[in-house]
Amino acid sequence: MSKIPEKLNYTKTHEWVKKEGDLLTIGITDHAQTMLGDLVYVELPQLEMNLSAGQECAVVESVKAAADIYSPVQGEVVEVNEDVIENPQLINEDPYGKGWILRVRPFDPKGAKLLSADEYSKVVASEAH
Amino acid sequence: MPFIPHTEQDVKEMLKNIGIQSIENLFDEIPASLTQVSLKAIPSGVSEMALRQEMAERAANDGGMLCFIGAGAYEHHIPAAVWEIATRGEFMTAYTPYQAEASQGSLQLIYEYQTMISSLMALDVSNASLYDGATALAEAILMAVRLSKNGKSSLLIPRSVHPYYREAVKSIVGQQNIKLIEIPYQETTGKIDVDMLSAMMNDDIAALVIPQPNFFGVLEDVDQLTDWAREQKILSIALVNPIATALLKAPGEWGKEGVDIACGEGQPLGIPLASGGPYYGLMCCRQSHVRQMPGRIVGRTVDKEGKQGFVLTLQAREQHIRRAKATSNICTNQGLMVTASTIYMSLMGPNGLRRVATLCHQRTRELVDALTTIPGVEVVFEPPYFHEVLLRVNQPVKAVLSALASEGIQGGFALNEAYPELADCLLLCVTETKRTEDIKRFAHALRQVLAGSFLSGSKAACQA
Repeated sequence: MSKIPEKLNYTKTHEWVKKEGDLLTIGITDHAQTMLGDLVYVELPQLEMNLSAGQECAVVESVKAAADIYSPVQGEVVEVNEDVIENPQLINEDPYGKGWILRVRPFDPKGAKLLSADEYSKVVASEAH
Repeated sequence: MPFIPHTEQDVKEMLKNIGIQSIENLFDEIPASLTQVSLKAIPSGVSEMALRQEMAERAANDGGMLCFIGAGAYEHHIPAAVWEIATRGEFMTAYTPYQAEASQGSLQLIYEYQTMISSLMALDVSNASLYDGATALAEAILMAVRLSKNGKSSLLIPRSVHPYYREAVKSIVGQQNIKLIEIPYQETTGKIDVDMLSAMMNDDIAALVIPQPNFFGVLEDVDQLTDWAREQKILSIALVNPIATALLKAPGEWGKEGVDIACGEGQPLGIPLASGGPYYGLMCCRQSHVRQMPGRIVGRTVDKEGKQGFVLTLQAREQHIRRAKATSNICTNQGLMVTASTIYMSLMGPNGLRRVATLCHQRTRELVDALTTIPGVEVVFEPPYFHEVLLRVNQPVKAVLSALASEGIQGGFALNEAYPELADCLLLCVTETKRTEDIKRFAHALRQVLAGSFLSGSKAACQA
């Protein structure tokens, strides 16, 4: 069973979201990295790019597949994790820590509709067959 | 493995299962106005024998002409071994190797091809080939736009790029909100003017296309152009003739750092002229751009026992995995053409290719020297040129060409459609296949034509 930390929020498209002050840190879940397999390449968005909710903002690529990462909120990209460009495996090894992908400043701090850990584990369970 | 089509019963069951009446219903989203077109101009089928007879008759019309037309399709000598080997069943019937482990021979051949082309272009990576030169240029432009990331969507494309290529590019990238900015050529030299480029530069421009040689056969100042692009922080795309590259500086060595992407038509490397195709497109790039390169790439690796093996690599961006988000949806490769080219390059070797290129250039100079002694003929753009040259004639081009054709000579490509301002010019090409006596024969015929000895008759024929 993959790890789904209680204190984070999630999306149906397997991103995790962590509120840090008025910023949101975004990455992909343990479940997502397991499904993709060994990651070999990550494409990050430009800084200061404006995202709409649900917009593709990054791409992670394994030897088998390439998957889009969708922004859970409307906002501006304020930071990207350069370390995962050099070492995409960080996402496999530590998806909720060193493998974070980008930080976004949401335009409306209360606007995001996110899942709780409990709700997300149901999403994962429903896909598990 | 036998090929067993679906039976009527299979089809019925499948239709029932998805709940539609007929296969036609699957295509309901295509407007009826497009599917119900009557094709009156296309006759009904003929028998195999009748077809053979008609094709033999038509083929006879091709033969025997002494051809001095290049303009994107080049007549080169192809050693007999090339197609003897390429048409062996193992090569001839091989399709795109989706099942890599079962297609080691095909993959190895493509790997060798990639190695040869990338070394010819002096760039890190080659793909397994694209459809043809024009679509390779369109793909290179799309690739440059993807690479530039920050929303840039304009391209600088010289008017001295092959007019058919520019049309193909417009058809493909025009639907994707990419703006093509045409760079005029200098009237005196036929080349791109770097000062003019600077005046045309804006923040939306992602890349510059640099043809070498350009459509007029003229050699561009590629070092200066590549460095200019680098200074502007835009990408450079080389559009090259691979035979010329054997003699000239390779795109990876242009300027201080080389180009970002090189593309071109592969036909000169062992593919015969055959009513316009099939040809193949070549494409190379720097290692750092490889994730945005369209098409297949074959890699070499080792299996768990340490033995060499070949794989299709970097497939995750391709259409069979990434569907609509693939880097390209024309990502098959021209397997058979690439097979022939690889054999051609193996037989010629670097020195052989260089000798072909040198001969092409020497023969072209020989032709220019012979023709410019004729009153009424002048070179339009000053040298350097490679194996094509633009000549201005003092008689109507159409009449001159038809008079030469009646002498068994295809005397050049008329530019009136693509370049109305050069309607009085002929674009000529000489490859290693033309002997000194062929050049003399052409010069003799052109001298007579321009002296009016049989121009008046054919002029009347033209007008009739």
